[in-house]
Amino acid sequence: MEFLVASAIGILTAGGLYLTLRLRTFPVILGISLLTYAVNVFLFASGRLTVGAPPILTKGVEVYADPLPQALVLTAIVISFGMTAVVVMIGLGAFLGSDDDHVDDQPESDDAEAEGTS
Amino acid sequence: MSLFYIVALPFFGALLPGLMNSAGRAATAGVTFTVTLAAFVGLLTNLPSVLAGEVVMARVDWMPLLGLNFSLMLDGLGFFFALLILGIGLLIIAYGRNYLSRDDNMGQFFTYLLLFQGAMVGIVLSDNILLLLVFWELTSLSSFLLIGYWKHLPEGRQGARMALTVTGMGGLAMIGGMLILGQIAGSYDLSVILQNRELIQADPLYVAALILILLGCFTKSAQFPFHFWLPHAMAAPTPVSAYLHSATMVKAGIFLMARMWPVLSGTPEWFVIVTTAGLITMVLGAVIALFKHDLKALLAFSTVSHLGLITMLLGTGTAFGAMAAMFHILNHATFKAALFMSAGIIDHEAHTRDIRRLGGLRKLMPITFIIASLAALSMAGIPLLNGFLSKEMMLEEANHTVLFNSPWLVPVLATVGSLFSAAYCFRLIGHVFFGPVRDDYPAKPHDPAAGLWLPPAILVVLVVVIGVAPFLAEPFIKLVTASVLGDAAEVPKSYFKIWHGLVPALYMSIVAVVGGLIMLLIFKPSLRIWDAMPRPEAKVIFEAIVESVAKLARAIILPLHNGAFSRYAAIAAITMVAVGYHAWSTGTIAAPTREMQPATPVAVGGWLMLVAATAGMVMMHRNRLLSLILIGIVGLMVSIGFVFFSAPDLAMTQFTVEVVTIILLLLALNFLPNRTPVESTVLRRVRDTSVAIFGGLATFALSYHYMLRDAVTAPISEFHLANSYKGGGGTNVVNVILVDFRGFDTYGEIIVLGIAALLIYALTETLLGGPVRAHLLNRKPDQKRAGNKHPMMMVVLTRVIMPVVLLVGFYIFLRGHNEPGGGFIAGLIVSIGVVMQYMASGFGWASARLRYPYHGVIGAGVLIAGLTGIGSWFVGKPFLTSDFTYVRIPPFEEFELATAALFDLGVFLAVVGAVMLSLESFSRLARQSGGPDSEHALDIDPSRDDPKEPAEKEAV
Repeated sequence: MEFLVASAIGILTAGGLYLTLRLRTFPVILGISLLTYAVNVFLFASGRLTVGAPPILTKGVEVYADPLPQALVLTAIVISFGMTAVVVMIGLGAFLGSDDDHVDDQPESDDAEAEGTS
Repeated sequence: MSLFYIVALPFFGALLPGLMNSAGRAATAGVTFTVTLAAFVGLLTNLPSVLAGEVVMARVDWMPLLGLNFSLMLDGLGFFFALLILGIGLLIIAYGRNYLSRDDNMGQFFTYLLLFQGAMVGIVLSDNILLLLVFWELTSLSSFLLIGYWKHLPEGRQGARMALTVTGMGGLAMIGGMLILGQIAGSYDLSVILQNRELIQADPLYVAALILILLGCFTKSAQFPFHFWLPHAMAAPTPVSAYLHSATMVKAGIFLMARMWPVLSGTPEWFVIVTTAGLITMVLGAVIALFKHDLKALLAFSTVSHLGLITMLLGTGTAFGAMAAMFHILNHATFKAALFMSAGIIDHEAHTRDIRRLGGLRKLMPITFIIASLAALSMAGIPLLNGFLSKEMMLEEANHTVLFNSPWLVPVLATVGSLFSAAYCFRLIGHVFFGPVRDDYPAKPHDPAAGLWLPPAILVVLVVVIGVAPFLAEPFIKLVTASVLGDAAEVPKSYFKIWHGLVPALYMSIVAVVGGLIMLLIFKPSLRIWDAMPRPEAKVIFEAIVESVAKLARAIILPLHNGAFSRYAAIAAITMVAVGYHAWSTGTIAAPTREMQPATPVAVGGWLMLVAATAGMVMMHRNRLLSLILIGIVGLMVSIGFVFFSAPDLAMTQFTVEVVTIILLLLALNFLPNRTPVESTVLRRVRDTSVAIFGGLATFALSYHYMLRDAVTAPISEFHLANSYKGGGGTNVVNVILVDFRGFDTYGEIIVLGIAALLIYALTETLLGGPVRAHLLNRKPDQKRAGNKHPMMMVVLTRVIMPVVLLVGFYIFLRGHNEPGGGFIAGLIVSIGVVMQYMASGFGWASARLRYPYHGVIGAGVLIAGLTGIGSWFVGKPFLTSDFTYVRIPPFEEFELATAALFDLGVFLAVVGAVMLSLESFSRLARQSGGPDSEHALDIDPSRDDPKEPAEKEAV
């Protein structure tokens, strides 16, 4: 089970990294989202994996999953929504303003060429 | 008056001039004057205690763990400087009111002035050296604003920048010195440090601390080799020069040397560094001053020279030297401020400050002539004026000072300095006021109104009174000297008098005055020699250094930072993996302590779906809509994983966030292209793939490693499990952690969320206010719109379901304390319910029914959460302490009432507001491009079925 979770974290990270290195805003945003999943699961897993013992206090139950990483990850999920929304807005604003959704600065000469041809 | 008020008054008062700006210039100056007067009177109320030799204290612990306390003290020295700052401040405000022209923004000027004044008072009253540093930096900043007050003048901006750079660097050095000092003494309180002379001077770090602190003092007080910024700061309006650069700020360094005198002075290092720097500064400043043609530049270099004189006196480390220094501070402040104000008057009336264009003003401006001449003669050291007395004391002290084993070095240089000092004073009087009346002044000079000459006149009265009757100042100066010396030395017994008999100092004085007169006679030939001499130009050197540092920074940064985000991301990822690998390969690795749990078929199934969806996203990311669906699957699998591993709260949160994120991305995709074109080369894709694989392997290894081992130290989670019910009153430990144990974190987080939403709102506003709006209105959708914008099935369904959603949200909210749920999740559920209304019935319909703006909802949430926290103050508990009780209202069962629920309500509202404000902002963009939106939800757009557009039909 630990292997499954660890490999899922690794695969999410790899996919996220690859997409983050793309050249257009949309795949980069999706890549960051994948990285967010990876980080959240990673943090969650720091409480070690426990099956069938949610941290809801019940009479007669002694073993519970670690509640602390869960609380931290819970707020992280909500905040990451806010941050994704901000990044999307910035990307969208840039695209609407310049009709260009490249992530990297475009070389100056290309711009001049584009203006010359259009 | 409490010391707190004296320091706080100028700062709070600084708010007023800006507000009074529209009420007129007199009102603006009046309110500034009143504020300063109040602080001045407040200071005077402490005079009896100071005269009685007491030290007035005021203290509030600010950050006691850091040793940073807001503690103030007022002794003789502090009182003396505060008196100078506030007293001369009053005169400067009166003078500035008449000096500034109608084009100058007076409110701004006086705001800066009061900020500066408060910072200065803060320095001289601080009892904590960290607090002192805070005020020290504040003076650098506020003086930057004041020097650059005439923003349109390039000299003003350059002078301000230079002053900030030099004094800022000095301040930085001083922070280091003060921290070392505090470490040695074991306390950052001055009153403790001053008691530990032996301990500090015996410490091996004493020299380092001394040099760092002196760097701060020398830069601030314009000592060689940092003297060059002061003349350039003269680009400031004259009231600023008179205030900052003669009476107050440049004396801050000297103040600090005097304050630290008991612990730092008396060692060979102190003596050599301080005396030498002071001596060089004194002579150099005086020589340069003689050959300056700009009145203010002359005065600036003379200030540099006199600051050097005071520094030298402090450097000697004797009690008599310290007393002479204190006396000269008082005298210099009076005559130099008067001279600066006179220079301002001449500039104001004759429209030039160039000495070569002036002359003969004695007849045209008799009042100014008398004021300036008396002040200048005092500076030259003529008897019956106060400058003579302290200069005499300086020469006396110089006579006893042996530097570099040479008994004559200091006396000779001191005499040379005095000689040039006398010479430039005579030149100032001779070349400006005497000589024939000219007919080519830029403006017709005449004496100004009383508002301009009265403030310097008051100072000149002091110059004469102290000069004639030095015994009046003697007790006060001795009091100040006593507080400088502390326990380190006794106050000297000698009296202040004009006639000391035929002592060597008198002969030196005579040599200086006579020599000064001779210098004036041979001024023309010596000026030719001076002009022919090669001299280093400080400004050029300074600019060259700044430029080369900037070039170095550019050379390092630009290749790394070339505007390509993907490059930074790749560099960051590789660096992190490399650093992690280094730690991994050099550290010791413990054996696994946990058994691997067996994988169930369900888990393997979920894992397969997650892996497949991630792989699909990477493979097919060019189809953006498809990748959006795939990321939904990833999120779903993560949520299910949370359920599987005993985290129901997380699963609910992840699931609901997933829904709103997808909606958000869909809204964005509405505008963005649907496909990502192929741009990167194969090589680049190979590079990115390998970065991704390395990163993935690293996180896999790391998480696999720690999941098979127990934590090295016992986690604090046990505490939360044990106290959740006892202390927090809830059985859902995750929720109790959020709203109770770590409520402060959660409070911060909902604020961040709110700010993020407001940021999105602001960006949308900016976009819609700019050219993008037209762009959006003209935009042709790249895909066919649905003919029926609001399908009836969906409209009916969402409206029917809305009350149910609200009920579910309410239920989830209420049960959150004991069962999975709570404010975050309830907020997200309700948001989804509302978003569905927008989607089904349209923006216009939904927002017409919106009773409260979302900003208000965010604000209310943060406010409720904050007030809940503050509520615990009223029962004497720290912020956000929660309480709960159980009540029973028949016929219901017993239930719990907790303040945490109120806090959770704040969380709920903030989440609803933030999510809705973000999504609403996006849909407002969409609305602009989609044409007017109907108020009526169920109307059908017939244009799609209109057969008039055959071209489009074919395209489908």
